[in-house]
Amino acid sequence: MSQQKADIFAGLQADILRLQGFKTVQNTVLEAGLGPLKYAFPNATFPCGAMHEFIAARPEETAAAIGFMGGLLNLLMSSNGSVLWISSSRMLFPPALQSLDLSPDRFIFVDVQKEKDALWALDEALKCSALAAVVGELPNMSFTHSRRLQLAVEESQVTGFLLRNQPRTVGTTASVSRWQITPLPSASLDDLPGIGFPKWRVHLQRIRNGKPGTWDIQWMDGRFVPVYQPTFTIQQTQQQAG
Amino acid sequence: MARRYVSIWFRYLTTDWYALRQPQLKTLPFVLRTSEHGRMVITAANAIAEQQGIARGMLLADARAMTPSLQVLDDKPDLAGKLLNRLAQWCIRFTPVVAIDPPDGIILDVTGCSHLWNGDIPYLQSIITKLYTRGYHVQAAMADTIGTAWGVARFDDSIVIERSKHIEALLQLPPQALRLEPEVIERLHKLGLHKVKQFIRMPRPSLRRRFGNHFMMRLAQALGQQDESLHPIELPEPYHERLPCLEPIATAPGIEIALQQLLEKLCARLQQEQKGLRKAIFKCYRVDGKTEQVDIGTHLPSHHIEHLFKLFQLKISSIEPALGIELFILEAPVVEDHHPQQEAMWQGVGGLHDIRLAELIDRFANKIGIHAVHRYLPDEHYWPERSFKEATSLHEKPTTAWQDKPRPLQVLKAPEHIDVTAPIPDYPPMLFRYKGKVINIVKADGPERIEQEWWLQQGEHRDYYRVEDQAGNRYWLFRLGHYHEKIYQWFIHGFFA
Repeated sequence: MSQQKADIFAGLQADILRLQGFKTVQNTVLEAGLGPLKYAFPNATFPCGAMHEFIAARPEETAAAIGFMGGLLNLLMSSNGSVLWISSSRMLFPPALQSLDLSPDRFIFVDVQKEKDALWALDEALKCSALAAVVGELPNMSFTHSRRLQLAVEESQVTGFLLRNQPRTVGTTASVSRWQITPLPSASLDDLPGIGFPKWRVHLQRIRNGKPGTWDIQWMDGRFVPVYQPTFTIQQTQQQAG
Repeated sequence: MARRYVSIWFRYLTTDWYALRQPQLKTLPFVLRTSEHGRMVITAANAIAEQQGIARGMLLADARAMTPSLQVLDDKPDLAGKLLNRLAQWCIRFTPVVAIDPPDGIILDVTGCSHLWNGDIPYLQSIITKLYTRGYHVQAAMADTIGTAWGVARFDDSIVIERSKHIEALLQLPPQALRLEPEVIERLHKLGLHKVKQFIRMPRPSLRRRFGNHFMMRLAQALGQQDESLHPIELPEPYHERLPCLEPIATAPGIEIALQQLLEKLCARLQQEQKGLRKAIFKCYRVDGKTEQVDIGTHLPSHHIEHLFKLFQLKISSIEPALGIELFILEAPVVEDHHPQQEAMWQGVGGLHDIRLAELIDRFANKIGIHAVHRYLPDEHYWPERSFKEATSLHEKPTTAWQDKPRPLQVLKAPEHIDVTAPIPDYPPMLFRYKGKVINIVKADGPERIEQEWWLQQGEHRDYYRVEDQAGNRYWLFRLGHYHEKIYQWFIHGFFA
């Protein structure tokens, strides 16, 4: 009896997810690349046709957010996808994308002056299913606009990233997830001098139908490598000891 | 009906064209040159240069020795052919049958045309004056056969040879007027035959034996004994559709319906001819006599109705119908070849070649402006600001590989000056102050020295350091110039992920 009920619940939950616009797209590359992060997502799959929001309070955080986003784009673009980058104040240095194993010539940048144009361009781009992903650099986003964008991606199944640099207010949006990426001191390999692999604290603040959480992640050799914190366990043992 | 032909000779075709574009050349001797077997050979000379003894085929060095003030311009290959084609298209106003007569002439079949200009002489004079006012030196003649008209235009002053008088006209001309091969002309002159009348009455078999079949054919054509066919040029039909309305249209849905209908007609034709438009103009003629127009451009040639309609739709709101529009015209001034792709294969995520992406870019270009859309390719420079260049199209491929040096994801528009504490001579900085905050540096990489490219810009080199502070923020700093010269400065240029 309980088994039957569990099946019914699972079926209903899947229905709800489907009705909310979560279409499970099989993307094994994406799942393999995400590591422990994927258990935060509904059905343990990264929601592809959805808007993801990144909040960055400082330019350093913006760089970290783009670094993390670059890792996701890398998985989404696979062999020949292209990405549209819409921005009103772009500071991205195209040759640097090479360090994230992305080829910069597959990025198309749209630089707009007015916020209204940026929203229009973002909306149009998200409707174009030929793109692997769309990145919009827009600090401020109202709920109405974000819902419009979310509806557009549900139709076209394009993955949208919204990068919000120093937003006036964070507010509520219809995006599926909200992330904040902060840089962490890089870990040097074998005590080599200099800067090691980039390391970030990934803070998934909100995820619809998933489990928010915090992870430490390193970008090594073109993939995400989760960092487990030994310090945390030491602190615990210290606490237990008194 | 007896046929009539006009032959027009553009004596200085290419030089006239250059003089039209650069009016100061009109009063100077000038020539066009091209390189041939490593020598500079004159391909055309204008009237003033010709008076001073410079002719086509001379070496440029010889001509310069004769006339030191000679102006020299580069000849363009096939310029004469293109000019003749354009002039022939213009001549369609005089007769429907116009043929090109390379290298420097046009032949018109004017049978039954001249009475519209009140006779042969006013007709021909009108042609000559119109071409002369356009800036071309022309000589023209009208006769019953192409051969006679050709010869009279070039070797005689009379312009109209009356009906069935062409043989008399021919008698006074030199043998060159018969369009013969150069060797045959030379042989005729050697034999003392300097006028057509000297050999026209000779027995045909002996003429054929001495001068060949081509000579006989040209002679027969000039005399009208053998037909000569013309290859009339075909006028390209412009891509142009009209939609007159019985009732004036004043609403946006009405305009949209009109546009849709015109696009359907135009695109059907384009599709049939495997063409796509790059530019289109939609004109609306209003009842009050004013014209409203909107234009669009596309990145790739297209005959996709839906896409073109979307591009126009962004601009329809700018049309003011006022009292109403009575005539819609859709024109495609720029049309290119467009070979259809197998589109079904590209379902799903396509690359840069995806037609849907090109259409999206078109919409951006038409709404925001093409300058807003950028794509970058690597450039062969180490200087960071010059290490990439803008691509001209979506399909352009990188010619070099992207540099594999560590570069920051975020760069400042211009490097910002910072105060730095750094041990000398060449160690990375210990701390710096940026936006009022002191940042202590824990780890650093560098320096990476990037020199100025002196052939592009003068200035000091940059020594770049990647540095990391305690919190893990990573920066890109550089020192401009050497330490020992005490004029160095520190800058922050970017942020690493």
